[in-house]
Amino acid sequence: MSDPTPDPSPRIQPPVTEGAEGFWEATRARRYVLQWCLDCEAPVSYPRVVCPGCLGARLEYRPASGRGTVYAVTVEHRPQNPAMRSLAPYAVALVDLEEGVRVLSNVVDCAPDDVTVGLAVAVTWEPLDDGRNLPLFRPAP
Amino acid sequence: MSGQGDRSLRGAAAIVGVADAASPTGVLDLWGRALEAEMVRQALDDAGLTLADVDGVCHTTSSMAFAEYLGIHPSYTDSTMTGGSSFEVHAEHAAAAIAAGLCEVVVCVYAATPRGDRNRPTAANFRGGAGADQMMAWEAPYGMRMPMGPYALAASRHMATYGTTSEQLAQIAVSTRQWAAMNPSARYRDPLTIDDVLASPLETSPLHKLDCCLVTDGAGAFVMTSADRARDLAQPPVYLLGASTCHDHLMISQMPDLTVTPGARSGPAAFRMAGVKPDDVDVLEAYDSFTITALLHLEDLGFCEKGEGGPFVMDGKLGPGGALPTNTNGGGLSYTHPGMYGMFLIVEAVRQLRGTCGERQVPGAEVAVAHGSGMVLSCMATLVLGTEATR
Ligand SMILES: [Zn+2]
Repeated sequence: MSDPTPDPSPRIQPPVTEGAEGFWEATRARRYVLQWCLDCEAPVSYPRVVCPGCLGARLEYRPASGRGTVYAVTVEHRPQNPAMRSLAPYAVALVDLEEGVRVLSNVVDCAPDDVTVGLAVAVTWEPLDDGRNLPLFRPAP
Repeated sequence: MSGQGDRSLRGAAAIVGVADAASPTGVLDLWGRALEAEMVRQALDDAGLTLADVDGVCHTTSSMAFAEYLGIHPSYTDSTMTGGSSFEVHAEHAAAAIAAGLCEVVVCVYAATPRGDRNRPTAANFRGGAGADQMMAWEAPYGMRMPMGPYALAASRHMATYGTTSEQLAQIAVSTRQWAAMNPSARYRDPLTIDDVLASPLETSPLHKLDCCLVTDGAGAFVMTSADRARDLAQPPVYLLGASTCHDHLMISQMPDLTVTPGARSGPAAFRMAGVKPDDVDVLEAYDSFTITALLHLEDLGFCEKGEGGPFVMDGKLGPGGALPTNTNGGGLSYTHPGMYGMFLIVEAVRQLRGTCGERQVPGAEVAVAHGSGMVLSCMATLVLGTEATR
């Protein structure tokens, strides 16, 4: 018996931008990593080929907690991407990670209207079409 | 009289650092942003300056994407693209900007690697250029509606931080509609109530449909000349008294504080140049892509304290007869919004200062502000305009 073919992701599939290869590779194992500048000892997000603090290129990926708090949130009722309309309404949030950087994502596994500013969240994963996984967040256990 | 001679830039600015890179093989190891960063670093080292000193950027593809990538929050920006002469044009503009006090340290950079790119399949990513690729990677997968999603996030944060309410945002749409009623060209002229706004569909919470600007056709133009020539022409001159442009980010996830736009820098700088205070402004034309956009402008330009925008608008002071006539043509919310509304801010400000706005004319208008907002609260440009009396 063969594995059922998974449904294709309804999402825009993120391109692997320059410098972000390590981020996406880690998602294949559902590991959440952040890029750090070795000279500034500071996280760099989004991932880059140079540090925006010092212009240096001594960057490395380190495991991240995948935990944070909701900084701002909007609930989408009518997505532009027609393929995502079956998911609506859903919450789009800016999440402040414990490491001190902010990322955009969705907060799932709860009613979208229950996602409020200050909510503690933790990373969860959704498959992309090429074996990578997209980091999402859900209310922290 | 032309601008030459009496407005010479001679001695006003100097090039203090340089760098270049080339190889006998015709191929460089670095490319793209890494190569740009290396050139910037070397030129700054050459000058004895650091990235933190830079407050002006020039880039032929996108000065905004370039600045965001290197974490620069400039108060001078130039994406002029004239082909091979672009950098001479950048230098000319930068000298004028420095002479005018818009900024102090401008960096201009260029990198292209057509030979190396032949063996570099991802090179197209970089040439994609204007930040679109980063947005596709880090924001687009999450299904945020554009452009309203980022503004909804800003409204969410403002509400959570300052207790701003949907009723207060709605009041901005209501006051703006009162102006539109006096503009025969406005898309919507019927009276609007706070309840009407709150009853309109909540498509991208916390913003309702009537918190959002229109989608209409529209067009405009303006002509500038020297003050000397202006006096001999057909219309009373409207003088540029102050100007400033600042940006912090291109994507909303890179905006440092969603309740404070770069207008908090461009506004005070433009007022300083003009020698006027917010209290001196007779008419405010402030880009109202969404009600929250207008509210943030009121705070950042200094018409009220940060966080006070909600209570500030509730007495209807933005509307006809109010203390701060704002978006007197009916704005992007009720007059027109073809996509890039900034042109209409200037046209309406000029007409108000000429005194030709008919029923909606603000009596005795001598100082007007046209405050433009680009992308997602990303790039703010403030113009202070005045009449002969306030020049
Ligand atoms: Zn660094």
